[in-house]
Amino acid sequence: MSVTTKNEVLLQADKLTRRFGGLVANQDISVTLERQMIHVLLGPNGAGKSTCINMLSGDLPPSEGRIHYLGRDITALTAAQRSQVGIGRSYQRTNIFPQFTVLENVRLAAQSRRQQPWRLFSKAMEQKWALEKARACIEEAGLGKRVDWVSGVLSHGEQRQLEIAMVLATDAQVLLLDEPLAGMGSEESASMVEVLKRLRQTRGILLVEHDMDAVFAVADMITVMVNGQLLECGPPAQIKASVAVQQAYLGTEDSFHV
Amino acid sequence: MNANASLIPKLVALAIVACVPLSGESFYIEMVGKVLVMAIFAMSLDLLVGFTGLVSFGHAAYFGIAAYAVAILSPEYEAASLWYVLPASVGLSALAAFVIGLFVLRTKGIYFIMVTLAFAQMAYFIFHDTPLGGGSDGKYLNNKPSASIFGWEPFDLTNEVHMFYFVLAVLVLVYLFLARVLQSPFGRVLVGIKSNEHRMQSLGYYTFRYKLGAFTLAGALGGLAGFLYAVLSGFVTPELLSWHESGNVLLMVILGGMGNLAGAIAGAFAFEAMREIFADITKYWQLLMGGVIVAVVLFLPGGLAGVPGRIKRALQGGDAK
Amino acid sequence: MDFASFLIQTLNSLQYGLLLFLVASGLTLVFGIMGIINLAHGSFYMIGAYLAFVLTSATGSLVLAVVLGIPLALAFGAFLEWALFSHLYKRDHLEQVLLTYGLILIFEQLRSLLVGDDVHGVAIPAFLDASIQLTEVMSYPVYRLAISAICIVLAVALYYLIQRTRLGMMIRAGNDDRGMVEALGININMIYRVVFALGVALAALAGMLAAPISSVFPNMGSHVLIISFVIVVIGGIGSVWGALVAALIVGFADTFGKVLVPELSGIVVYVVMAVVLLWRPEGILKKG
Repeated sequence: MSVTTKNEVLLQADKLTRRFGGLVANQDISVTLERQMIHVLLGPNGAGKSTCINMLSGDLPPSEGRIHYLGRDITALTAAQRSQVGIGRSYQRTNIFPQFTVLENVRLAAQSRRQQPWRLFSKAMEQKWALEKARACIEEAGLGKRVDWVSGVLSHGEQRQLEIAMVLATDAQVLLLDEPLAGMGSEESASMVEVLKRLRQTRGILLVEHDMDAVFAVADMITVMVNGQLLECGPPAQIKASVAVQQAYLGTEDSFHV
Repeated sequence: MNANASLIPKLVALAIVACVPLSGESFYIEMVGKVLVMAIFAMSLDLLVGFTGLVSFGHAAYFGIAAYAVAILSPEYEAASLWYVLPASVGLSALAAFVIGLFVLRTKGIYFIMVTLAFAQMAYFIFHDTPLGGGSDGKYLNNKPSASIFGWEPFDLTNEVHMFYFVLAVLVLVYLFLARVLQSPFGRVLVGIKSNEHRMQSLGYYTFRYKLGAFTLAGALGGLAGFLYAVLSGFVTPELLSWHESGNVLLMVILGGMGNLAGAIAGAFAFEAMREIFADITKYWQLLMGGVIVAVVLFLPGGLAGVPGRIKRALQGGDAK
Repeated sequence: MDFASFLIQTLNSLQYGLLLFLVASGLTLVFGIMGIINLAHGSFYMIGAYLAFVLTSATGSLVLAVVLGIPLALAFGAFLEWALFSHLYKRDHLEQVLLTYGLILIFEQLRSLLVGDDVHGVAIPAFLDASIQLTEVMSYPVYRLAISAICIVLAVALYYLIQRTRLGMMIRAGNDDRGMVEALGININMIYRVVFALGVALAALAGMLAAPISSVFPNMGSHVLIISFVIVVIGGIGSVWGALVAALIVGFADTFGKVLVPELSGIVVYVVMAVVLLWRPEGILKKG
């Protein structure tokens, strides 16, 4: 950790370890995420990146280690509780409500911030605040042209944008994005990179990504994982220059992971 | 939603059913009345199975609890007040659903199916074995509840025509109520849970609470149907809580196309019609019914999941954007 | 309760629990390995009991009936798997519930058509029709002890089959990771067929063994089915040893419940289930 900035620390994970039976999927992984920063989690398949993001989002309880959000220990919180404090995530496999329209997907996400389940006789579609917020988030994610489309028929790239709009609608300060560029064409990819840069201005983003060009285009900080272990953490220039990373990942990938 | 296109066939169907008492035949009035009760029951289950994605195989328990509650709460030699026994029995079913929901909603999938069935069986034994329920013979409701309010009697449930229209009115109210609930923020969350509960959690919804709310509401409305059944038929037996009843109402929901309130009503009519027709053909009607069920599952390509959509589109006469 | 009646109730609990284990073990394997909920499993118990009745009437011996009945049950199970259940693996639970519910209607109606709706008794084999003197006034039927013994032998055999044989290894692998089994080039369809047939045969055998004690009557499968569900819930889906422990718990709870709180005896096992659900929603022996 060579770079220190004045930015507010949003998320801090200390020595997260996760075991599945005898298998250690993550060992002593520590990650810090600051506001206005994109922190990329890098590593070959099976390195444990998804496990790590699942522990941060609350989908998977860590075997050991603590997680703090704005200084508060959130290790014991469920995924829903973490969403309520301000941590949002997208999934590696697109995870939307395909039969709903784009607007309804995002409106449902917005509604989660002001839940009034006892109001059985009010119409969801007449809640102006949620609709307005949903439209704003759809716009912010670059999906303004598709508001009324049934989300199941969107292109793959658009569905990834929709996921981001949903996360935004939950007022998330921390965005945990699991491969948002996967399966995208170069044009879609480039526009998503722009979206990410824009989102960074007010939030912190933790990104799992394989697309190297994109990674080095947006990353402020990179953590490299191999076989569930933390190999190196630093700004892009340091990672590019690192001999260990070269050997373990960038160069001789095939010979490394079994 | 194309409201006009879907409204007209519904109103026509309602008008036809409303004409049944004009026949003056007690047999038909009571038979159709019972089907209407089952239709209310099917709608209540559809809230769970079709809209929330919770396959409950023990829904007869809430039907039976309220039915027994009327019989037990009514004094032997005089009529109880409708305005006391109705909320009391429905409330008891809701309470039972709430408590059982606390247990069963901790489970998912196959577990949920088995555990709802097991708790319903527990309720069955409570009425079957304890003095509370009068054993396997059940219990008679000697006097139907009286609707009188301070001496004024708006309708008389001992009159079969009044009773029929009372049931029909409740059915319409339950339909309108559920349709409205499903458009509320609460209802939208339930549909989201059915589609992808995990995603709802990661969006910050405490889905357990919503599912418990839906389970309790469905239990209350199932109880409402059970209440009507007891008043209509005048007696209750433990068989009302049996798992065959739970299975039959599930069939009605599926026949009508899950996730469709009008479909649940149609499913109840279709089920009873099938039962009547098969029983006419042979006394071994269960064989035909079983065969039809097996064939439907085996030979509907893509499973039953495609059927509700098709029925929905056919019923609504256009796409529901 | 004095010691002798305590002893008798304990033996009864063991016998009942072990018999339930035979039914529940097949159910839990089919749940765990194939992901199928089979409401018709109780019907196999019923079919076994009626096979015992019909074959004993024909041959004059329950032992012969069992010897003939088991291969019949195995063949019937393999046939059902081939004809119906193999189409259900990728369907959702609701459709499985539906199809197997339809099967119950068919099985019960066929039973009514072929054998009628009367209650029938089945004779205990002469060489087992004796009793052991426990105290001066109390004795215990040898037949019930024989049932327990047979069930214990079968439980041990099942343990050996699952832990020590190649088939068992495949079953365990299928339980844990279906993809891996397929990757190893093992014919998973064959495993499914064998396991399903085995489950049917075990349930049918339980019905045959129980026939002389409980008699043979319509809908006898449905109560056993629901109790077996309770056992699977308590034991944890897919866990045969969980099913054994849970079956014994249920056997004891039910038997002693009938003696100690007769009016509530029907609900005792469900209360046990509710407590387990609060304590461990995944069952007491659920892996991981």
